[in-house]
Amino acid sequence: MYRYDHYDQAMVDARVAEFRDQCARRLSGELTEDQFKPLRLMNGLYLQLHAYMLRVAIPYGTLSGAQMRMLAQVARKYDRGYGHFTTRQNIQYNWIKLEDAGTILAELATVEMHAIQTSGNCIRNISSDQYAGAAADEVADPRVWAELIRQWSSFHPEFSYLPRKFKIAVIAANEDRAAMKLHDIGLQVVRNDAGELGCAVYVGGGMGRTPMVGPLIREFVGADALMTYLEACLRVYNRYGRRDNIYKARIKILVHDLGPDEYRRQVEEEFAQLRAAPGGGIDPPAAEWDRIAAHFAPPPFQASFADDEPDLADPDFRVWLSQNVQAHKQPGYAIATISLKPVGGIPGDASAEQMDLIADLAERLSFDEVRVTHAQNLVLPHVPKRELYALWQALDAAGLATSNLDLVSDIIACPGLDYCSLANARSIPVAQRIAERFADMDRQRDLGELKIKISGCINACGHHHAGHIGILGVDRKGVENYQLLLGGSGAEDASLGKITGPGFDEAGIVDAVERTVEAYRRLRADSSERFLDTYRRVGMQPFKEAIYG
Amino acid sequence: MKLLTGNDLASGAVVWWTGSDWSVHLEEAADVGEHAEEIMAVEEAARRVNTPYAVDAQATPNGPRPSHIKDRIRALGPTVRPDLSLPKADRAAGSWVI
Ligand code: SF4
Repeated sequence: MYRYDHYDQAMVDARVAEFRDQCARRLSGELTEDQFKPLRLMNGLYLQLHAYMLRVAIPYGTLSGAQMRMLAQVARKYDRGYGHFTTRQNIQYNWIKLEDAGTILAELATVEMHAIQTSGNCIRNISSDQYAGAAADEVADPRVWAELIRQWSSFHPEFSYLPRKFKIAVIAANEDRAAMKLHDIGLQVVRNDAGELGCAVYVGGGMGRTPMVGPLIREFVGADALMTYLEACLRVYNRYGRRDNIYKARIKILVHDLGPDEYRRQVEEEFAQLRAAPGGGIDPPAAEWDRIAAHFAPPPFQASFADDEPDLADPDFRVWLSQNVQAHKQPGYAIATISLKPVGGIPGDASAEQMDLIADLAERLSFDEVRVTHAQNLVLPHVPKRELYALWQALDAAGLATSNLDLVSDIIACPGLDYCSLANARSIPVAQRIAERFADMDRQRDLGELKIKISGCINACGHHHAGHIGILGVDRKGVENYQLLLGGSGAEDASLGKITGPGFDEAGIVDAVERTVEAYRRLRADSSERFLDTYRRVGMQPFKEAIYG
Repeated sequence: MKLLTGNDLASGAVVWWTGSDWSVHLEEAADVGEHAEEIMAVEEAARRVNTPYAVDAQATPNGPRPSHIKDRIRALGPTVRPDLSLPKADRAAGSWVI
């Protein structure tokens, strides 16, 4: 894992001291809310429905045990004993007091964490593949690239006031586990024909009001030029992004309006100018890449574990193993996903006790690493197969062994109207009702991969456009109403869902989802055909007939 | 009727104007009639409340009920965490919030 150097720590500590002072001046009345609001937002502190909400950055979703334990401590000491893991691999606390905010950030800084750039029109937390460093199909560890981008984008003076927020994701495998093409910039680390590492660059994807799958802007930019190329991408956006209209201010609108070819031309022109300048651009020397890469060197795996297999005697364990455990690139090890989606629970919520337990398990069984996924689950990336049964037992005892990864009850849901001041409708209860409706594990497993994603408003934090089944909460004359979308995907086959027709009330949307799912069961070619593939084969019409009769 | 609500500056807690002070309990909220603007100006300047605003509400035998679900949820707490609601674990809450 990356560890702060002197500069990182000094920057974060200075920001904590500055924000502490700003909070004190707000509390004393020296600052009005209008003056204070942009300052608190730069430090991840929102005012939400019930209280202040603090969003803490988890760079590319990677945490150490000590960091996870600190997140538990914040939940216990300063919040109401729980936190909410988000679709951007961060964590949010819902009940923060302004008078505690500075102290919380100071405590987080002791474990190299902060809330900087988790809000505002800047480059936000860099997200990545939760299986980074463990997946058999990656060409490199994408976190090395993500960390370099984190350093470039932190307090970047030119890009601290962009037309709108800016989200970057980095993957390094053909399987996209980070919804890369639905980011302002999506990067896929690849090798070119000469065997050199670089990135394919997608620009202008996103969800929200005007969802778009990002077009490929450059097939390959080498590692030695990537930061300069990103600088050029941002410069063109910063110059021409629509500051006049908040709904048209994201880069996806600029790329769409210019057209990918013209945007590419402008970026290439800017890139050429940057490269021609003294110093040849802003890319760091190879030694800096090496310094960062050293932090992500593989942990000391035991070659002697290579032939280990877990004991399969327990049938419940077998189900968890087949559903939540993935192949690791190192023989004898496995990647274990901890579902934060118990039936009837709140997607992404974890109690302080659960966080403490996961911190312990990470330290004991996963080389001190935890990952947060954009689907609001947690991952222990490097578990020896011989320890999987013990891990499952510990998780099961804490209500953390739900065997539903990528199944119908593994639902992404944004906080919605239960917590969020921008919401039109509640998301969480809909997720709970659907999970309860499909609680039967055999039924879930028979349905196979089926990703339901729910947002409480058009901002789409719940990725509803990218759900195989998406649900969007809307406000119909003060009453919650839910639109149903089908056919979205955030994976390598990215696509945007289409609205089925008129919306439903809360009970109605659960019935509509069940009718959709039952239609799929009737329509699928065989049990190996996923919901999404059936939908793509047969189209919307048979589903519409099943839903609306 | 019209109620005044906002968040407590220091704690962030949802509060309601009672006629003389702010309370976290919706049942103590007072009808502010046409006086919302003046009260808000004074109270915000005195740092007793953060970002106050007026909401429409109905008087009921059980106390005032905001017209919009968002403010009812603010009054109660998240509908999915009855253990955190105000009053705590209010069994009757579902019947008026949603
Ligand atoms: S999608 Fe809307 S309701 Fe949900 S968290 Fe985002 S802004 Fe809030």
